[in-house]
Amino acid sequence: MAERRTEVLVIGAGPAGLAAAAAAAACGRRVLLVDDNADPGGQIWRGEGRAHLAVPARFEVRCGVRVVDACGASAVLAESAGGVERLTFDRLVLATGARERFLPFPGWTLPNVVGAGGLQAMVKGGVPIAGKRVVIAGSGPLLLAVAAYLRSRGARSLLIAEQTGRLRLARFVLGLAGAPQRLRQTLELRRALAGVPLLTDAWPLSAHGAGRLEEIRLRTRRGERGERCDLLACGFGLVPNTELAALLGCRVEAGCVAVDEHQATSVAGVYAAGEMTGIGGLDLSRIEGEIAGYAAGGDERKARAGLGPRRRARRFARALERAFALREELRELPDARTLLCRCEDVSVGRAARYPSWRAAKLHTRCGMGACQGRICGAAAAFLFGWRCEHARPPASPARIATLAAQHEV
Amino acid sequence: MPERIALHVNGRHVEVDRGSTVLAALAVAGVAICRRSVQGEPRGALCGIGVCFECRVTIDGVAHRRSCQILCREAMEVRTDG
Ligand SMILES: Cc1cc2nc3c(=O)[nH]c(=O)nc-3n(C[C@H](O)[C@H](O)[C@H](O)COP(=O)(O)OP(=O)(O)OC[C@H]3O[C@@H](n4cnc5c(N)ncnc54)[C@H](O)[C@@H]3O)c2cc1C
Ligand code: FES
Repeated sequence: MAERRTEVLVIGAGPAGLAAAAAAAACGRRVLLVDDNADPGGQIWRGEGRAHLAVPARFEVRCGVRVVDACGASAVLAESAGGVERLTFDRLVLATGARERFLPFPGWTLPNVVGAGGLQAMVKGGVPIAGKRVVIAGSGPLLLAVAAYLRSRGARSLLIAEQTGRLRLARFVLGLAGAPQRLRQTLELRRALAGVPLLTDAWPLSAHGAGRLEEIRLRTRRGERGERCDLLACGFGLVPNTELAALLGCRVEAGCVAVDEHQATSVAGVYAAGEMTGIGGLDLSRIEGEIAGYAAGGDERKARAGLGPRRRARRFARALERAFALREELRELPDARTLLCRCEDVSVGRAARYPSWRAAKLHTRCGMGACQGRICGAAAAFLFGWRCEHARPPASPARIATLAAQHEV
Repeated sequence: MPERIALHVNGRHVEVDRGSTVLAALAVAGVAICRRSVQGEPRGALCGIGVCFECRVTIDGVAHRRSCQILCREAMEVRTDG
């Protein structure tokens, strides 16, 4: 198996990973940054990440490289079009980001029911949206960002259904008065969305169509209503990607990778930054990335300079979490026949017969399919209050050759 | 103008901009169904970022490739299970 040595390895080229790589390089370390996407940038800068690299970048970036497993204490196993290799490091920074949370409701498996951030990613990848009628549902500021983007790309009509309550939302916006820059961003977004209805206390009840989505039922403040649309884009907040960290032995608490003041995980020499340590958005991800990068690079003084900004960004993250907490009624959305696990077609009713995620997996194969529980685990955690974090290698379906190569070492 | 790429989706000729995903080519071809579930239900892309595996298609004879993660290449042959 091919082997690559580097001083600091950074996994994930989103805002956190890019900041970490730049900081570690500024400490004079040899840095390798890898990401499984075709380009750097992570979720927010998808496809335009090169613009966010300092030019000339003082570190090496390799895209199309997916890290699939730990390989001893100071190496990981990665696969790419070129094959399998072992990446060996002195220090490791994990910055694997987050994915969207999807909640099951009748019809959520119909084609053209998609993620909210997911639809934005698809359109950035060339999926045509001009002329389409789109309902964006779920929770959080991401819904507005997605709506503004889809509008700029020519979506015909848009409707936003935010599950959180009107009062909570109003209180959150008032709270922004103490953060003028965020308030300005919010108002700009609202202006970009002039004329787009934003319903609060609203969520999808069901999706209908023959072979693909045609109509949805929405619960609103004024009761139920139908809405014909081409796409329903749903996102009920974000879920940290902790699987790889767990495989490396890092402690995971309440769904987030646990870190200390310097973003160090419970495993010596391994740091974590960005959404995987707790959902906080762009600013927090960058600040954490910088702290982790300086700490991994050995410059403690510079790492500490980020502690104040991180405290402020975390305060904002907590306000967001309170404002967009998911309401109890969403647990009642699926009926017994609604699927929970889309990979193995396991219904909510079948899974509900078991006392835990572990038992449900054993008896129904729920969470054992291609996505390895990344979609249904977060849904089951919300619906049943189960702890759904059991990382088993590989961190993502790996090619047989990758797994075989691992046993040669 | 970005360069155009020609490929086939279920035997049909489709053109997309260079840099487009295979999922984009499916959408241009009007195909919303990527695969059938274990019970035979139609499924299409969900997460858009390579996590859910719902967008799996056959590309140049290789099954189970995630269409949202793979970029189109000239003369690619894409097949769905719809
Ligand atoms: C679908 C989606 C869309 C979003 N859109 C927006 C938006 O428009 N605006 C906004 O403000 N916020 C958006 N967000 C929120 C986003 O999480 C943050 O804004 C920010 O991008 C987080 O930065 P990060 O560096 O922590 O993680 P990310 O940006 O998620 O970057 C993590 C990177 O790690 C890579 N990675 C993960 N696992 C591996 C592995 N095993 N091997 C190799 N590489 C790996 C991923 O490919 C990804 O590029 C979105 C989130 C999601 C899930
Ligand atoms: S749409 Fe989820 S993996 Fe492609």
